[in-house]
Amino acid sequence: MAEYVTHEHDVLIIGAGGAGLRAAVEASAAGVKVALISKSLLGKAHTVMAEGGIAAAMGNVDDRDNWRVHFADTMRGGQYLSNWRMAELHAKEAPARVRELEAWGALFDRTIDGRILQRNFGGHRYPRLAHVGDRTGLEMIRTLQDHGIHLGLDVFMEHTIVRLLKHGERIAGAFGYDRERGRFHLFRAKAVVLATGGIGRAYKITSNSWEYTGDGHSLAFHAGAALMDMEFVQFHPTGMIWPPSVRGILVTEGVRGEGGVLRNRNGERFMFKDIPPLYVNQTASSEEEGWRYTQGDKEAKRPPELLTRDHVARCIRREVREGRGSPHGGVFLDIAWIKAKIPHAAEHIKKKLPSMYHQFKQLADIDITQEAMEVGPTTHYMMGGVRVDADSQMSDVPGLFAAGECAAGLHGANRLGGNSLSDLLVFGQRAGEYAATFAKEHSFGNTDDGELKSAETWALQPFERKNSENPYAVQHTLQDVMQDLVGIVRQEQEMLEALDRIRELKAASERVSVDGNREYNAGWHTALDLYHLLTVSEIVTRAALERKESRGAHFRDDFPEKNDRFGAFNIVVRKGADGAMQFSRESIPPMQQDLQQIIEEMK
Amino acid sequence: MATATFRIWRGEKGRGQFRDYTAEVAAGMVVLDVVHQIQAEQAGDLAVRWNCKAGRCGSCSAEINGMPKLMCMTRLNALALDKPVTIQPMKAFPHIKDLVTDVSWNYEVKERIPKFKPRPPDALDATWRIAQEDVERVQEFRKCIECYLCQDVCHVLREHHMQEQFIGPRFLVHVAALEMHPLDVGDRLQDLRTQFGIGLCNITKCCTNVCPEGITITDNAIIPLKERVVDRFFDPLGKLFRIFTARET
Repeated sequence: MAEYVTHEHDVLIIGAGGAGLRAAVEASAAGVKVALISKSLLGKAHTVMAEGGIAAAMGNVDDRDNWRVHFADTMRGGQYLSNWRMAELHAKEAPARVRELEAWGALFDRTIDGRILQRNFGGHRYPRLAHVGDRTGLEMIRTLQDHGIHLGLDVFMEHTIVRLLKHGERIAGAFGYDRERGRFHLFRAKAVVLATGGIGRAYKITSNSWEYTGDGHSLAFHAGAALMDMEFVQFHPTGMIWPPSVRGILVTEGVRGEGGVLRNRNGERFMFKDIPPLYVNQTASSEEEGWRYTQGDKEAKRPPELLTRDHVARCIRREVREGRGSPHGGVFLDIAWIKAKIPHAAEHIKKKLPSMYHQFKQLADIDITQEAMEVGPTTHYMMGGVRVDADSQMSDVPGLFAAGECAAGLHGANRLGGNSLSDLLVFGQRAGEYAATFAKEHSFGNTDDGELKSAETWALQPFERKNSENPYAVQHTLQDVMQDLVGIVRQEQEMLEALDRIRELKAASERVSVDGNREYNAGWHTALDLYHLLTVSEIVTRAALERKESRGAHFRDDFPEKNDRFGAFNIVVRKGADGAMQFSRESIPPMQQDLQQIIEEMK
Repeated sequence: MATATFRIWRGEKGRGQFRDYTAEVAAGMVVLDVVHQIQAEQAGDLAVRWNCKAGRCGSCSAEINGMPKLMCMTRLNALALDKPVTIQPMKAFPHIKDLVTDVSWNYEVKERIPKFKPRPPDALDATWRIAQEDVERVQEFRKCIECYLCQDVCHVLREHHMQEQFIGPRFLVHVAALEMHPLDVGDRLQDLRTQFGIGLCNITKCCTNVCPEGITITDNAIIPLKERVVDRFFDPLGKLFRIFTARET
């Protein structure tokens, strides 16, 4: 034991984005000793990239909004696969979580009467997103970070966890390394919260950074927790596509919320061509009505550009496939056109979408106040994750909690924009609270020296090999496989081929070698991340094979229709005693009567 | 495809040397793309920090041809590629490896700054009423992505190593964001004058020039804070004399 740097905390939080920070704040406030592990520097997590806002039914802009409408919108967006209790808690608690941020120093844009301003976003019936221009995520993470550092947290920056540790059935801690020196660390803890975010790095075109290698998903799976809804990967409809080096970087939905429209190469507003039945009653019937909606006309219905992300992404793909795409294989997103509608449009756009203006100007030489952007779908978000209890966020493993993107339940088959930041706050807070309670009621579990030794030996193997597989090459090949074979549109044959390729890549990952020493060695880190990436890639593929229908973000060419039979269950995976992935179909419990009634009323 | 030479600092704990790498370059590439390409194909253990690759997280700060910049926002077509492009770590911070430096001092400084303290809520529902123009007044400071390029270039830190006495432009911006926050009632002027060392800044504006977010650090944050300190602590008539004596003690 003495050979590892050892730390003891009541609650160990793995991941320092919005969910991890919010959980850390809550657990600290409950008076327990908290460690916060961050794969990067503190404040750099992907939460900073969130642009649009935080969905919370405060009703500041439209007083018809309330938690019931938000609940119904979330369930509809998730194609009714969401955990309805989580959707209820989320809709009820999000407003309080936003106000709390303000009390900690966040400054949101305001209404005329000085309250928090809310903006329109895809799938939300009323203007609902609290925001700060288009840099809401930065405001949120900085607020949580600046609040958290005064609470006595032990922050471990640039540390990566490679294994969760158990004592019998319950959690006992985690084992990992620090990037700077490559030393191994044993984190003993009474409760562990996973808040590791997504899996975007499994795909070639992604809005996610290097960190999002499915660590939490994989750690939980290997520790025996159930994962759910892993077939649902959200492809955000609007990522940058040109120049090639910026491909995948996000273009906020806020552009469409402010009046931006999608056109194909013929200048056609193609989104009007295909409006899903669930949304016909809520969608504008003319371009004029859509414009009025974005300008706050309460009588107008929303333009089809603000339909859910899964649908918009597929429509863009269709336009490109059918030869109506833009020069670089996307479509046009045009906000500059609003100069025909309002005076001082250029200043208005720069004020409402400053980051977007900056991003296109600097990276693509495009002035978005004057010309249209070229955009296409990019891998953005994982709806699936660790299956948790709705109230406490605890997984099947006692003492192991999960919150935010690495947890499943709230978003079902498709997440609405803006529901991610609110998810992080609502369930980060709950995970922190319940993890602290769990820690107070339990003592430390024991860790097994043999298990630590074997994890260490495994982690150091890439240094033992010479001139074998290149970890970067294995990762790039995997990204191609997932992009080409398990992407926006899927079919059985291709996914079976993907499984073969993943099997080969797994074998290759066990042969990777790295040069240099253990200090800040990016090649070594990439080699270790492969374990998680390959685990989640295989789970995504197998879950996608299992769901023989099209629903939300999961679209099957060979089963293009929604099938009610598949709407009755979630696909769940666990690690069997033999180490194999065991999939099961688990029925969604009947919805509580009063919630069911809300759904009926809002149809 | 065209190639170019990239002269990257390799080494650990301040010891090391430049090493040349030849890489293929294509339209639209940024420096970080080249570094990734070299990492994947020629130097697997090359250490570099990065995250968002969109100028939003402030992780990939480095000195490119001697200029402090974000690698992800520096396009190759803005550099002369007929001679080697040098890429080296920020000089003002302790070196760890290759392009990575130890920026932990910044995190320690931030903890020392008294946190946000709001006035009591304005409304019965425990919320506040704030005018949009009051929000906009401080937004400039809240845009900061904590890339620490301003700290890197500040001569008080870079050349004079006065980290003990001076918190640097990043944190003067942070203090300005708190002091000018429409709800904040905290008072950090005494700290600014003493332990934060605002008097050490002699407004050469190097920080403003390198800020990737275009924050007018010196004019909009530091000078107004200096004025507040002066108003508070120095009687206008005896101002010059007292500044002089304050520096002597």
